Formats: sequence, C-alpha cells, structure tokens
Amino acid sequence: MTTIAIAADGLRKTYRGVPALDGFRLSVAAGTVCGLLGPNGAGKTTAVRILATLLSFDGGRAEVAGADVARRPDLVRERIALTGQYSAVDGSLSGRQNLVLFGRLHHLGRRAAQARADELLEQFDLTGAAHRSASEYSGGMQRRLDLAASLIRAPQVLFLDEPTTGLDPRSRNQVWDTVRKLVTEGTTVLLTTQYLDEADQLADRISVVDSGRVVAEGTPDELKAAIGADRLEVVIREPDRLHEAAALLARVEGAAGTVDVDPDVRGLRFAVTDRVVALTEAARALREAAITVDDLGIRRPTLDEAFLSLTGHRAEKEETR
Amino acid sequence: MTTAIADGWVMTTRYLRHVVREPEQIIIYFSLPIMFVLVFGYVFGSGMAVGGDSYREFLLPGVFVMTQLYGLGATATAISLDISRGVVDRFRSMPTARSALMVGRSTADLARALLEMAVLLVCGLLVGWQWHRGAGAALAAIGLILLLRLALTWVGIYLGSVVPNPDMVGLIVFPLAFPLTALSNVFVAPDQMPAWLGAVAEWNPISATVAAARELFGNPGLGSDSWPAEHAVMLAMAWPLLLIAVFAPLAVRRYRLLGR
Repeated sequence: MTTIAIAADGLRKTYRGVPALDGFRLSVAAGTVCGLLGPNGAGKTTAVRILATLLSFDGGRAEVAGADVARRPDLVRERIALTGQYSAVDGSLSGRQNLVLFGRLHHLGRRAAQARADELLEQFDLTGAAHRSASEYSGGMQRRLDLAASLIRAPQVLFLDEPTTGLDPRSRNQVWDTVRKLVTEGTTVLLTTQYLDEADQLADRISVVDSGRVVAEGTPDELKAAIGADRLEVVIREPDRLHEAAALLARVEGAAGTVDVDPDVRGLRFAVTDRVVALTEAARALREAAITVDDLGIRRPTLDEAFLSLTGHRAEKEETR
Repeated sequence: MTTAIADGWVMTTRYLRHVVREPEQIIIYFSLPIMFVLVFGYVFGSGMAVGGDSYREFLLPGVFVMTQLYGLGATATAISLDISRGVVDRFRSMPTARSALMVGRSTADLARALLEMAVLLVCGLLVGWQWHRGAGAALAAIGLILLLRLALTWVGIYLGSVVPNPDMVGLIVFPLAFPLTALSNVFVAPDQMPAWLGAVAEWNPISATVAAARELFGNPGLGSDSWPAEHAVMLAMAWPLLLIAVFAPLAVRRYRLLGR
C-alpha cells in the first residue's frame, strides 16, 4: 500500500481578482520526488506556499503529511520544511548561529540544537565556514546552509521552490545529491523547477503546471515521449545534395523516424534515440560521402516546445506580482 | 504560552547577536547623537543660554530622546530585510510561535536602548550635564524615554512590514524623523517659533518626553505655562501608550496579511 504524502484537490486561489490556482490537483506518494514543472507565473510557487501553510486558499482541500492544511496548519508545520527561491538565512549571523537559531525555534534544547548544527555543517561541507557570517558565503554555500536549515528536524515532506536557480553546476549537483539522499531516507520531496533536466534528474513523477492547474502528469519518460525526443540538426553547404544526405542520415545508427528536409536553410533534422551515437555516426557518414557540413548539433526540446506540445500554447512570459 | 515566551526569547537573542557581531553599526549609530552634543552643545551652545543655565544642560535630555527616535530606522530595516529575504517565510513554515518575531524584536530593541542610554548618560556626564533631583527621579526619566522607545519600536516594526525594500526604509526614516525633532523642544523653545509651529512643537510626542525628562532630571526647562508643558509627565506616558495602541495592532495585522 502506498501512503499519500501530499494530496491537493481542486485548490483555488485568487489574487486581487486574478486566479493564481484554478482547480489545482496533486497526489504525491510518500518517499518519492514530485517535480512541478512550469514557467514563471504558472502557479507553482503559489501551490507550494499554500501546501507549506504560508498562504490561505479560497477553495478546495489539501492534506500534507497526514494533516489538513487549512484545519491543522500547526501539525503540518511540525512535519514539513521549506526551502524557497532565496537563501532564507540571517546574513548577520554565522552559519552555525543560524542553524542553532533555527534548531531552537524548532524547540530543540540548547545542547541538542548545537549538536544538530555541527552535524549539519559537517554533512553540508560547511564546517570550515561555520563561524563566518552567512552574508559572506558564496551563492552555493548559502543555498547549502539554507537546505541544512530545512533539515534540522528530518521533515516528512520537504518543499523545494526552485532550489538551484542561479547556482553554478557544481553547487547544483551538490543540491541534487542531497535531495537524492534524503529520498532514500524516506523524505517526500515536492520540487518546483523551470528546468526540464532538473525535473528529469530528480523527479519520480512530474506534474506540468499551466495557468494554475496541472495540465499533464507522468514519469519523466512518459512526458518526454509526449514532448518528443532530442533532435539532430545538420546544415550542409550544397543544396543539391540535400536528398542524398537525407538518405544517408536515415540509415545512421541512433536515428529514429524520418528525416525532415528544409531546403530554405539547407537543413536536415531528425529525432534520435541515442544522442552521442547518432552525432558521431552522422558526422562520419557525411564525411565519408564528402558532403560539406556547415553546422551539426543536437537540440533538446526546450520548455517552450514542451509546453507547446502539452498545452497547445506557448509558455507565457514572466508575470511579476 | 510558554512556547511563545521561549520562542520570543530565542528571537531576542538573535537580534542581540547582531549587535555583538556588527559593532561598527553601533559606532555609526552613536556618531549622530555625539555629533549633536558637540556641534549644538559647544559650537552653538557657547553663544546660547537658557534661563541663565548652560545650553548643554538643556540640550542633553533632547539628544537622549532624539537618539531613541532614530533607533526606529534599525528596527524597520531589520524587519523589512527579514521579510524580503524570506527569513520570515521560513519562521512561518516552522512550529515557531507567530508572535516570536515581533516580541523578540521589541525586547531586543529595549535592551539596545538600555545600552544606548548608558553610553549617552556617560557622554552627558563628560560634557558637564547632570541630574539634580536624585536617582529616583532620574530613573523615572529614563523609564519614560524607554517607554517612548518601545512605542517607536512598534512604529518601526509596522514601517518595516509595509515597505518591501530594506534599502528604501533607511531613506524614508530620516525625512520622517528629522521634522519630528526639528519641530519639537529638543533644540529651541517652541514659544520662539511662529505661533502655529509652536503649537505643533508643543504637542509633538517627542516634546512631551523631552519636557518630562528635563523636569525629572532637574535640567533647565522652558518655563512655558502652556497645557502640554504643564502636563509633560502625563503626556510622556499617554503618547507612547497611544502609539503602541495604534501601531502594534497594525503591525500584527500586517503580519497576518502575509498569509493572504
């Protein structure tokens, strides 16, 4: 039997007459990672803030870690942790003082809070910077401290609102590793992201959010199949050899489906199953046939394209509130 | 309830740590009142006298109160910073008492105000200011000044929760606070101002606390027989209580609205 850690049904939220959530519905099994994928303004952050008891809502029902969000927010707060888009730490205090502070506000005793702070500093590779002011930390260190502060009491459900926005790749990988480790220890994670590959890396299931509701849901593989595979794009020099090239590329290992020809730009394009194999084989085949190549590259479907195929319209531009 | 007190105390120690970790802020903070004492007390004061007494005797209680007024800038900035950085969101997603932030900030501010008063009293004694009516009356004067500070703290908490940008807060506080000190009895007697301006200055909450402090310290006052000057001690209690009655509920309401 699977336990449901996050359940939302028909959530509605209106800001000054503008609907932010409009029948939002979500079900996340305990011990899994759910990715909320969508552009800015889709309602991801609103959904997370409601589920984390930070925002009231106008209609629908939500349950987190077995407690009703509207009726027992106090119980929900005992069982969750939230890491927002900014590093929500006190920049004037040291890293260790921050963790002790949050531990004390979680009602740990002084000794217990200090011991837990030291443990987390060690775990997040911050021991060397424990006594420096958090405001002097790099972006990646601040995010790690922020994540550590969320884990003072092992939460049953962890909300991560765009946890890697603005991070360099190394820090991003560290955050990802931490999330994976937490999940093996039984934590349920709800992650919002604008990046398809982040959802792909971490999430067991992805819900695509648009205009305040979930418009598609599935495993990353299911969604990618719906969105479409990576494409190889080739531009050749001689327009009269396009069809010859198309015939060659259709036989290349790793290619899937038919080769589209666009004579206007002397381009060829086809879906691939294995990116690296298709790329090297295509390059070799064209070279052996002495076809001059102007450009050759893999293109992943962008979030825009994903949206186009899932929702039938383009992702709308960021709306600031 | 015990949770609320414990959480409030943890938050108090948090804000007090800021003082310890960033002592340069305190030094910058004190530069203004000390400058006022030096500039007004020595440069202008040498050519001025109030009722035959030294101008510095007259000025110091005003500087004490003025310093407390400018303290609301630090309060507002800290609250605005906590909200804009998402620190308040983190507190609100934790089982921490909702009152902790505001209770902690106002308690820490009172502790800061005590420290500031101690420094200012020493500075005052060094430039020849004294209290003349005994320690009890002097303590009562200090108590009234701290009461005003508590009220100003709530104004600051409210201001910090209304202005979303912490950098803006600092810019707003000065034009807000400066007229309050200029249009008061801190530097000159209101009867020397045009009549309507003098009336504003007489009724200014700052003036009430300053006049009451002068009276209780036994420093030269203004000898005005207007109603606010006659009832300075009463007004020095009424004004801060009124400010708290208005701004504390406003600040709490603002905090609740964060969840809307």
